[in-house]
Amino acid sequence: MTRIERKRMLTGLAFISPWIIGFVGLTLYPIIMSLHYSFCDYDILSEPVFIGTLNYQDMLIDKVFWKSLSNTFIYAVFALPLGMAASLFFAVLLNCRIKGKSLFRVLFFLPSLVPMVATAMIWLWMFNGKFGLLNNMLEMIGINGPSWLNDELWTKPAMVLTSLWGIGNTIVIYLAALQDVPRELYESADIDGGNWWHKFRHITCPMISPVIYFNLVIGIIGSLQVFAQPYIMFGGATGGPNRSALFYTVYLYETAFSYNKMGYASAMAWVLFIIILLLTWMATKATRKHIHYGG
Amino acid sequence: MKKSNFISQIVIYFLLIGGAMLFSAPLIWMFSTAVKPIEQTMSLPPSWLPYQYLLQKDGQEIPVKIEGKLVSAAFQVHLAGMKSFVIIPADKVKNGVIKLENGNTVIPADIKLIPASKDNMFIIAASENNDKKYIVPAHDINRVIHFRWENFSAAVESMTHFPLYLRNTLLLCFITVVGTVSSSALAAYGFSRIEWKGRDKVFLLALCTMMIPFPVLMVPLYCLFKALGMIGTLQPLWIGSFCAGAFNVFLLRQFFIGIPQALSDAARIDGCSEFKIFFDIILPISKPALMVVGLFQFMGTWNDFLGPLIYLTDQRDYTLALGLQFFQSQSGGTEWNYLMAASFLVVIPVLILFFFTQKSFIEGISTTGVKG
Repeated sequence: MTRIERKRMLTGLAFISPWIIGFVGLTLYPIIMSLHYSFCDYDILSEPVFIGTLNYQDMLIDKVFWKSLSNTFIYAVFALPLGMAASLFFAVLLNCRIKGKSLFRVLFFLPSLVPMVATAMIWLWMFNGKFGLLNNMLEMIGINGPSWLNDELWTKPAMVLTSLWGIGNTIVIYLAALQDVPRELYESADIDGGNWWHKFRHITCPMISPVIYFNLVIGIIGSLQVFAQPYIMFGGATGGPNRSALFYTVYLYETAFSYNKMGYASAMAWVLFIIILLLTWMATKATRKHIHYGG
Repeated sequence: MKKSNFISQIVIYFLLIGGAMLFSAPLIWMFSTAVKPIEQTMSLPPSWLPYQYLLQKDGQEIPVKIEGKLVSAAFQVHLAGMKSFVIIPADKVKNGVIKLENGNTVIPADIKLIPASKDNMFIIAASENNDKKYIVPAHDINRVIHFRWENFSAAVESMTHFPLYLRNTLLLCFITVVGTVSSSALAAYGFSRIEWKGRDKVFLLALCTMMIPFPVLMVPLYCLFKALGMIGTLQPLWIGSFCAGAFNVFLLRQFFIGIPQALSDAARIDGCSEFKIFFDIILPISKPALMVVGLFQFMGTWNDFLGPLIYLTDQRDYTLALGLQFFQSQSGGTEWNYLMAASFLVVIPVLILFFFTQKSFIEGISTTGVKG
């Protein structure tokens, strides 16, 4: 390395030093400690005691753990595809030549700005079985709405609905991608006599596929970690009727900060990490052939 | 061709208007509940508008609460020595004698039976100002649209520490915005405008850290801050912002790369130090990108729930988000109008901020997706 190269490197490192400090202190150290704790019995008050893979073994027979995991999967299996489809649907509509486009965009986007705690409060009230807006609207079309948050069958659909209210972010991302698709492509499809479905399937989808993939990955990471809404709407970590809305992160939080089982919580966190990595890898594998870069 | 175009336009507008209504309804509903008196939050069917009921009596307008309707027949009674008549429920009158609550009886001067019917309805109303109750013909009561703005001050008061919550939140927002913008700009500069060996590999490592879910770091970070004696203070909530989060570094780097390298080269030839180039040349032209990062951080801090939930112990240190949740868990979801008023107060600053910075916002979000 020449003197100039060394000097450049030192300057570069000096500039990124805030990141280095954060990486070492607030990411690398915690990640190593987390892995260490996951093999320990640790209640914060006394020193961690190494217990091997006992935490991981306990998980296998912890019914609440499995419940929270399956709750989270069921939620994600509905919230993620529905959210992606709905946001793409509205983004495509917003991309048409229409009047008042920016007003519509704002109306769809605003709910995603609402702080999570406030979102939880609003939907707590919306889902009120008797006086809530939702059931009264349903009654107008002759449907007798369930008592959402108090009915084991309906707690997860309620959480999915709440998450769908916040897709404005994703709509804006899709819309930006759609606006980048060259108009000529659609015009040539018109000449070839393609209908709207052909255009959507063979032009829109491939052209915005990197963004679909991006939203898919972000969605997997986000939906598996859902916390604030269920925590608030079901009054802490009770998880609603029959623990039907006890989500993974809520249970993890409870394990760590109510029961002080830091070792077990760390092991749970690693399992979540591995699940997320696995699903992201699978999503990447499954979509790789269909993603079209270069648009 | 023309006709099908017209139909598709109608379908598009129909779907968009329908969707926009569904998306805005909860927000409007929140506001409408926030300015209603408590009994109207529980009226069926619910009404979108908040009302006030005014009783016309002796040339005065008395604000009243409607407590019910008299569906059985009633007596219109003139008492001796009184000018106006009173309405007495039929079951209180027997053989022309009125039975009072205390057991006494009164013989009225004049009594007339009014059968209950749709046009002849009586309303039981209670004054909002005192304990007085009235039974009056329905047409004596006027319904006017009335926003109870006082609900907001009442909600603030019942949250007890609202001013402290607001102060803590604003303080945290300010510190984290300064921290994030300055540290991310520095790091992004180091990752983009200076060539050094291994730079791109380190940047890839930085991007990889974005994959780590917060729950993995949650427990050790808590233990770390506990060891440092920072639990129960605001410190754990802002320290991290001075350490250049990967996401913000990524956004700014993206912007910095687009600035022509010739600008820096010219300054280098003039003998400018790297920091001077960063501060005097790159930062001023990067204002839009810095603003996006600052905005996102402001929103992030304002919205954060899990962080304050983990690190804060004293109610007086709570942020608005945590304070709102605390308020809800205390009042147990009965005073919906106050809860919605408090929620509205937490939402409205964000919405106002959005309206003033709409362009940066939309551009920022679009960049994350399209260039990600």
